[in-house]
Amino acid sequence: MAKRLRYDMNACLGCQTCSLVCSTLSGYHSLGESGINIKTKGGLQGKFVCVVCAGCTENISCLEACKTGALKARNGGGVLLDKNKCIGCKKCISACSIGAIHYSDNLDRPIICRQCGTCAKYCPHNCLYMEEVE
Amino acid sequence: MLYTNHIRVLSINLTDETYKIEHREDLKQYLGGVGVASKLLEENIKPDADILDPSQCIVFAIGAISTIFPVITKTVAMFWSPLTKELGESYAGGRMAMTMLMAHFDAIVITGKSKRPIYLAIESHNVEFRDASAMWGIRSDDVGRIIREREKGAGKRSIIRIGEAGENQLSFASVCVDTYRHFGRMGLGAVMGSKNLKAISIWGKGDLPIKNQKAYFKVFQDLHKKAITTDVMKKYHDLGTAMGVNLMNEKGGIPILNLQTSQTDDIENLSGETFAEKNLVRKTACAGCPVGCIHIGQFRREFGKGYEFEAVNVGYDYELIFSLGTFLGLNDSDEVLELIEAVEDYGMDAISAGVVLGWATEAYQNGLFTVNESLVPLEFGNQKNYLAALKHMAKRTNEFYYNLGKGCAHASSIYGGQDYAMHFNGNEMSGYHTGYGSVLGSAVGARHSHLCNGGYSFDQGGEGNPEELLDKIYNEELDRCILNSLIACLFARKMYDKDTILNALKSVDVVMTEEELDNAAKEIFRTKLRIKKMLGYRLKSLRLPKRFFETTGFGTKIDEAMTYELIKKYSEKCEALMNS
Ligand code: SF4
Ligand code: SF4
Ligand code: SF4
Ligand code: SF4
Repeated sequence: MAKRLRYDMNACLGCQTCSLVCSTLSGYHSLGESGINIKTKGGLQGKFVCVVCAGCTENISCLEACKTGALKARNGGGVLLDKNKCIGCKKCISACSIGAIHYSDNLDRPIICRQCGTCAKYCPHNCLYMEEVE
Repeated sequence: MLYTNHIRVLSINLTDETYKIEHREDLKQYLGGVGVASKLLEENIKPDADILDPSQCIVFAIGAISTIFPVITKTVAMFWSPLTKELGESYAGGRMAMTMLMAHFDAIVITGKSKRPIYLAIESHNVEFRDASAMWGIRSDDVGRIIREREKGAGKRSIIRIGEAGENQLSFASVCVDTYRHFGRMGLGAVMGSKNLKAISIWGKGDLPIKNQKAYFKVFQDLHKKAITTDVMKKYHDLGTAMGVNLMNEKGGIPILNLQTSQTDDIENLSGETFAEKNLVRKTACAGCPVGCIHIGQFRREFGKGYEFEAVNVGYDYELIFSLGTFLGLNDSDEVLELIEAVEDYGMDAISAGVVLGWATEAYQNGLFTVNESLVPLEFGNQKNYLAALKHMAKRTNEFYYNLGKGCAHASSIYGGQDYAMHFNGNEMSGYHTGYGSVLGSAVGARHSHLCNGGYSFDQGGEGNPEELLDKIYNEELDRCILNSLIACLFARKMYDKDTILNALKSVDVVMTEEELDNAAKEIFRTKLRIKKMLGYRLKSLRLPKRFFETTGFGTKIDEAMTYELIKKYSEKCEALMNS
């Protein structure tokens, strides 16, 4: 059954293990190459928030904005990026209303979560989990 | 830097607002962290100038495998300590190590003095010297907020800053790192203050290509699993270090009322369990740590008539409950949290602040000074007066508080009461009085902290074999030179045995044998000993306050003559190492 990434940030420690692991999958020690970003609302005294692809299943705005065919709908929600087709126009970035895509200057391409679920396996507090999609 | 043959050092001169980058191949053999920082301190320190002279330096360094393995989270700061007047070394977690790694700086050396208050905005390709005149005098958490709003890099950034105590060069002023962590001990805050440096923000937006992804991720996976499944780590997460309050009290090892005693039958109100049930609101972690030992407690404060309340959140742990709680005769978790908040706001080391007040309370009782000096009567358990005293200390209101701000060794040298000024060579004692191990460990430790060699952890009650204990302490001090070069959080020390370390290093292309690792540790320790000697420190002539030998630790009375005998032996061991 196809799944997509979901989160519940109440128990988040702000450890950034999720981001470090996601970047590792792209071959980098980094935060910039991660599909998931942990930020704080109003500094460290506030709550942690998670910025990551919501795994849209219909009206996939980023995909609709992409003119090159670099983005393909993923079974279960979200999109898959074909690096070779992407020209780096950044249209997908402005199209995603939750700001889940950012551009990596180092890799010269957008970073979009591919809903692989690895970060969820490493979150020590099970804030991240994969959920089946109807 | 990872995957290269050099250590990348950023040197910043505040006087003429210049900076440069050096690639130091010669430093690579010292791994990183304390290894690299002590070499850089040795090169840059000016033993003939004043401790807080503009020409003096601050060295920050991250370790050989910072952030890329679980619980390897610390940054080290090295400097000439205005508190102990010798080797200054302090560790902080938070996000600083991660951001230095991502900004590609293994070490940052700061010298000189800015003409006006400034803060540094550091990123991979740039260092900005930004005006901080309006921030001078502003509490440390507000400074954090202001810089957060002004600088880029949310989520990938670390902000370290001083409070009023640092600006006023209190000898135990601290530096706050990302709200809940600190370079607490030994007065780094005063050194920053002396340079007119209010804060530093580091933006880690870069990255490092992983050389052998498979090998690295395999080791990462194993260690991650180890970190989240071991018992010890679970304890640090559940109740946190505060669980130690009951444990230490049961065995008679927690300093109470200026170490007049080490046990009480009335401690429940300050136990880790009470804090968890009454005050705990959340837990958080340093970047790269899946354990999350940072406990945030909340108390309510009435700030106006007509039920006007605010909820205040502050971090708490064992050491703070001891220093600002049991040591001062407090018996209410809310009151302790309020003292912690004050110490945070002013930016001073919580351990030193509490221990200094403990001495002052007893000295006041004994009539060594009057309320004309202390402005408020200092009494065990009187939290309101302690709050006032902390404020006077940070602001250095009068001569008395000026002297108090130099630590209890200094203050007692003026007013008397040296037998119960609880410090080790000027560094106020930590929360363990557990027998020979705790006293010897801090006495001989390179920075006189309980964490230099964990001496207290060898105490089990009873006499034990002192010679054996000495060897254990010495070997642990050496082993920690390795851990502090990685730089591991010491809570994870059991997880990172030598094999694990060698394995982790290998997966990121640092191939070493155990012998080479041990040799690096020896050279690091030697360097620290050389610096201490250069600054005029002689372990042999160290003298400790009598009270350490009067109050029992874990039921053991520590023999004074034997202690000095052991210290002498230890110093001979150190000399042998230096000459080897
Ligand atoms: S990137 Fe944004 S628009 Fe695209 S699928 Fe994810 S959430 Fe939807
Ligand atoms: S940046 Fe690439 S993926 Fe995004 S819209 Fe442009 S071509 Fe498509
Ligand atoms: S699901 Fe996979 S791609 Fe998406 S953030 Fe997690 S690790 Fe990265
Ligand atoms: S791994 Fe989990 S706890 Fe850690 S930052 Fe990510 S979501 Fe939060």
